Amino acid sequence: MARAMTDGGHPAPASTMMTAEGVPLKVSLRRAERRRRLTAFLLAVPVLVFILVTFVVPIADMALNSVRNPEIATHLPETAAALQEWDGEGVPGEPVFAALAKDLAAAAEARTSGLVGARLNYEISGMRSTIQRAARRADRLEAPFREAFIELDDIWGDPVTWRVIKRESHPYTPSFFLAALDRTYDDEGNIVKVASNQEIYVPLFMRTLWISLAITALTLLLGFPIAYLMAHLPMRTGNLLMILVLLPFWTSLLVRTTSWIVLLQQQGVINDILVWVGVIGDDGRLTMVHNLNGTIVAMTHILLPFMVLPLYSVMRTIPPVYMRAARSLGANQWTAFWRVYVPQTTPGIGAGGVLVFILAVGYYITPALVGGQSGQMISNYIAYHMQRSLNWGLAAALGTILLAGVVALYYLYNKIIGVDRLKLG
Amino acid sequence: MARQTRTTGQALGHGLLWLWTVAALVFLVAPILVIVPLSFNAGAFLSFPMPGLSLRWYAELWQTDVWWRSLVNSLIVGTGATLIAVVLGTAAAVGLAMARFPGKDALMAVLISPLIVPLVIVAAGSYFFFIPLGLTGSLLGLALVHAALGAPFVLITVGATLVGFDRNLVRAGASLGAAPLEVFLRVTMPLIAPGMISGGLFAFITSFDELVVAMFLTGPGQRTLPRQMFDGIRENMSPTILAVATILIVISILLLTTVELLRRRSLRLRGIRE
Repeated sequence: MARAMTDGGHPAPASTMMTAEGVPLKVSLRRAERRRRLTAFLLAVPVLVFILVTFVVPIADMALNSVRNPEIATHLPETAAALQEWDGEGVPGEPVFAALAKDLAAAAEARTSGLVGARLNYEISGMRSTIQRAARRADRLEAPFREAFIELDDIWGDPVTWRVIKRESHPYTPSFFLAALDRTYDDEGNIVKVASNQEIYVPLFMRTLWISLAITALTLLLGFPIAYLMAHLPMRTGNLLMILVLLPFWTSLLVRTTSWIVLLQQQGVINDILVWVGVIGDDGRLTMVHNLNGTIVAMTHILLPFMVLPLYSVMRTIPPVYMRAARSLGANQWTAFWRVYVPQTTPGIGAGGVLVFILAVGYYITPALVGGQSGQMISNYIAYHMQRSLNWGLAAALGTILLAGVVALYYLYNKIIGVDRLKLG
Repeated sequence: MARQTRTTGQALGHGLLWLWTVAALVFLVAPILVIVPLSFNAGAFLSFPMPGLSLRWYAELWQTDVWWRSLVNSLIVGTGATLIAVVLGTAAAVGLAMARFPGKDALMAVLISPLIVPLVIVAAGSYFFFIPLGLTGSLLGLALVHAALGAPFVLITVGATLVGFDRNLVRAGASLGAAPLEVFLRVTMPLIAPGMISGGLFAFITSFDELVVAMFLTGPGQRTLPRQMFDGIRENMSPTILAVATILIVISILLLTTVELLRRRSLRLRGIRE
């Protein structure tokens, strides 16, 4: 049959089955199959396009913001061009200063000098006001511009200033990524670590990682016995447990965070009970929320169902015969459980663990409400740079690093477990 | 065969397992239940013992305009997002269940990705992208992003109802002369309706509960319920917040029950026994 298909133009042998229209059945079937595959794909196209446009493209665009660096190249074009000739030694010559005067006068006119100032301020603090002052007077400056600028502010006579301007005059920059990794340029332009008391983001990434790991471990510790009972108790009780797990799953994240504030705050339910029982005095109330503890407790609670459900779906399929075999071969209850049962649950532990971890590293709302200062995670700083400091390049760089981590884990999850096995309730 | 005897150690281990599990279940459920009675507190503080029961916080909620306005905004966004998510998600689920084609796994991975990308990144991305399009500060922009976040749920739930779907039903419909659309509406859809509805409810609750994207994309004029609640928790944590929370818990219980009933109905329709 296979040979009949490759014969091409030759008439099919008499033995080949034909459809009513006289087309060999196999050809007709293949055509139908192809049409079906095409229809299947076409049905998925609208949602694909929708998700690309509202989700994938905006995120990719945001990621590009982490290397975009248009301010100086766009708003100080002549200075940028003049600096290309400069070898980086000493203070640049008169043509560069003349170009700067011209650019700044134009920037003051177009009200773009603020953008240039803000951009350079990320590299050298104080540049915002320096640029503003120079821009205000740029059209009144007279040659020789070099002396005029240096008289305005000593910083124009510092070669470091000019090296920074030259470096950042390219339309793309690694600066934001360097800042996101606590790296910076020294005066000679080499990449170095920032002083240890100024390290912010590397420790923050590490903290986010270990908070997420701790939460994953806690959900496993609490979720394993729950899933075990759900899977092995009689149907009715098992279903009741399922409802107890699904109720928090369906309850608003804000509601659950609110509950933990009510429970854990200093005038809260748990402190009141402890004082009433007499474990602690009224002046010895525990600080359990608005700190790292608050973040870990509330997030463990919120993410627990994401551990229980995958564990449960794996445990349900484990046949009891293996445990019985182990027991009959002389293992005691514990050995049979630990060496025979638990290894069979690893797909569930893996699926639940990766899911909880992926969700935990990106959390924002809960740490913002119950985390205080010590319970803040990387997302909180991304939001801070987006909304408060307006350093969008840094926000994008931090976001891109986080996204890369999550995508790598998602890829692993997909490879090992497969997203199509994701189930809801 | 000798009867299995339990050693004291095993009994102790068993007891500890039970204790641990009960503790885990209390941890899971108690925090949610504790705020329900407190929302009926006659006093203004958030702890026990309560001086008396009262509906004053619900009355206050009822009379406050901002809460109503934020509820209306949330309902508009949620409904819009759900409709888009259900239509697009169902089409894709039906397509993906129909045949295997090259790149299907990669396609699936892209379509599910809104579930796992951190919301701050989604929010930042849509913020930059929507500014030039004039979609920030509008409910439409928020509904579009929420639809993208909800579509994967529909894809998964409808996909689940299509497992074990008997394709001969579709062939039978077609052989009796029905056009593909008619086959879908009169044969396929009644069977996958439970999945569509539960997916829709998932999509709705996702939008109804979503705060991060709402914070970036909306201004004071488009305040949604979670946004209003977030500010309340931050600035002035009053029993009014607990009243809102209690209402939301009741809504979750209703949704949970509906989805569970639908799931069982769908299993029954397809003749799958648990």
